[in-house]
Amino acid sequence: MSSLTESRTNVRPVRAIKLRPSGRLDAVVAPILTVVVLVSLWQIVSWVSPLREDLFPGPLSVAQKLPQLLADGSLASAVGNSLFRAISGFVIAVVIATPIALLLAHQPLLRKGVGPLVSAMQVLPSIAWVPAAIILFGLSDATIYTVLLLGAIPSIINGLLSGIDMIPSQYKSLSKVLGASKWEHVLHIELPAAMPGYVAGLRQGWAFAWRSLMAAELIAVGGSLALGVGSLLQRGRDLADLSLVMLVILTILLVGVLIELAVFAPIERKLLRDRGMSRTGENNG
Amino acid sequence: MGVLLNEVSLSYPGTGLVIDRLSTEIEDGEFIAVLGASGCGKSSLLNMIAGLLAPTSGWLEVPQDGAAFMFQDANLLPWLTASENVDLALKLAGHPVKERAQRVDELLKLVQLGHASDKKPHELSGGMRQRVALARALAQDRQVLLMDEPFAALDAITRDMLHEQLRALWEQTGKTIIFVTHNVREAIRLSGRILVLSSHPGRILETRRITDDLRNNPAQAAALADELTTILRKEQRKHELTDRISN
Repeated sequence: MSSLTESRTNVRPVRAIKLRPSGRLDAVVAPILTVVVLVSLWQIVSWVSPLREDLFPGPLSVAQKLPQLLADGSLASAVGNSLFRAISGFVIAVVIATPIALLLAHQPLLRKGVGPLVSAMQVLPSIAWVPAAIILFGLSDATIYTVLLLGAIPSIINGLLSGIDMIPSQYKSLSKVLGASKWEHVLHIELPAAMPGYVAGLRQGWAFAWRSLMAAELIAVGGSLALGVGSLLQRGRDLADLSLVMLVILTILLVGVLIELAVFAPIERKLLRDRGMSRTGENNG
Repeated sequence: MGVLLNEVSLSYPGTGLVIDRLSTEIEDGEFIAVLGASGCGKSSLLNMIAGLLAPTSGWLEVPQDGAAFMFQDANLLPWLTASENVDLALKLAGHPVKERAQRVDELLKLVQLGHASDKKPHELSGGMRQRVALARALAQDRQVLLMDEPFAALDAITRDMLHEQLRALWEQTGKTIIFVTHNVREAIRLSGRILVLSSHPGRILETRRITDDLRNNPAQAAALADELTTILRKEQRKHELTDRISN
């Protein structure tokens, strides 16, 4: 074999790998960049398009609509009304779904019977419930909440169930060895262990709640109902005002995403970091 | 009071007989090692003593308050700190809050982890995690302590240190320890008696007393280790052979 000096001549300097500063910055910059590109494309297409400005408004003319909506307060009050409904409805959904999920987790027979139904409910678009709810409750908040709850509850149930399913069986042995009662097991081991799945379910439940709410508000307009964001969408349609419609769509998107980023993402991150886990695709640091 | 096993058998549906009419008496304060190749049912035996599994036939006697258990991988709860993990055992055993903090402190100091009480399991090394698990097992304050290959996944140096600590602990507390392992040297180093189990189904092949004289005599200890290793190898080969035939 080659001597030491010989092999030295073959030495290739290996530079230290330069660590990228932070993946989290990328996680913010990349989507923003995508949005900027898409909006620019939209603007260019609207310039080039032979369609009239009011039939195919570009982002600039949509943005011009904003001051008017802000000035008369209709956008703010619609967002306020919708957010209040979404948040209160979501809280009710959590309060209803959590005990149901715990019950299903501990009653195998019940779960065999009801579990598939819950999953089926998740597949059913909640907009399908709107006509039935209107017939039953008229144009009232009850209609809106019914649709919202039917949309959100199944995904929260399934989230908590899958969280519980993923608990290592060793934890069960542990609580038996430590002499935990059934309730102590649920409280001290099962619920905290299922937390990541539960929060994922809550996150999805929120998305479903917000979506269902928009569907309900879009169809159920008038009566005793306060104007929500979805109803604003309907108004845009009635006025054949595409700029207004686009603006409302962007608002719906923005509110939904903001709640997810501001509320659920940090909770999920903290939960996983506390347990020494990190989501794939996210920075470990 | 120790542990008494009388003609205990265990079979799983599908895999058949795992443990076959096993009888032995484990005395109060004894440190006994159950030695066997992987998959010989030694963990199942421990699970039966812990009450996690019921024997298919035969009976066993364990102290009224059951046994503390130390799992193969520490099995700490990842959302709790070291001290909270130990505290949970005390809480579930019904100790009042006031006494607990001090007891947790004592136990973590006993396993030399006083400085790491606020660390989460993922911030601890494998050896430290096992020491937390040991502190938690001791927190249960049962006379019988069951240990299921607790040091199998650790590096040799850490294992060595934990062996010393465990021996010292046993001498201090006089607990009855049933220690399952597939490591012959570990069994000789730690226990006062070794039960060698056969594979498929598990029966007692050999029983050896280990005196301190033997333990401290390298030549004798090595000879015994060789002998037991030969027995285990033969078992494993027999098992592989029957596997091949049945395939």
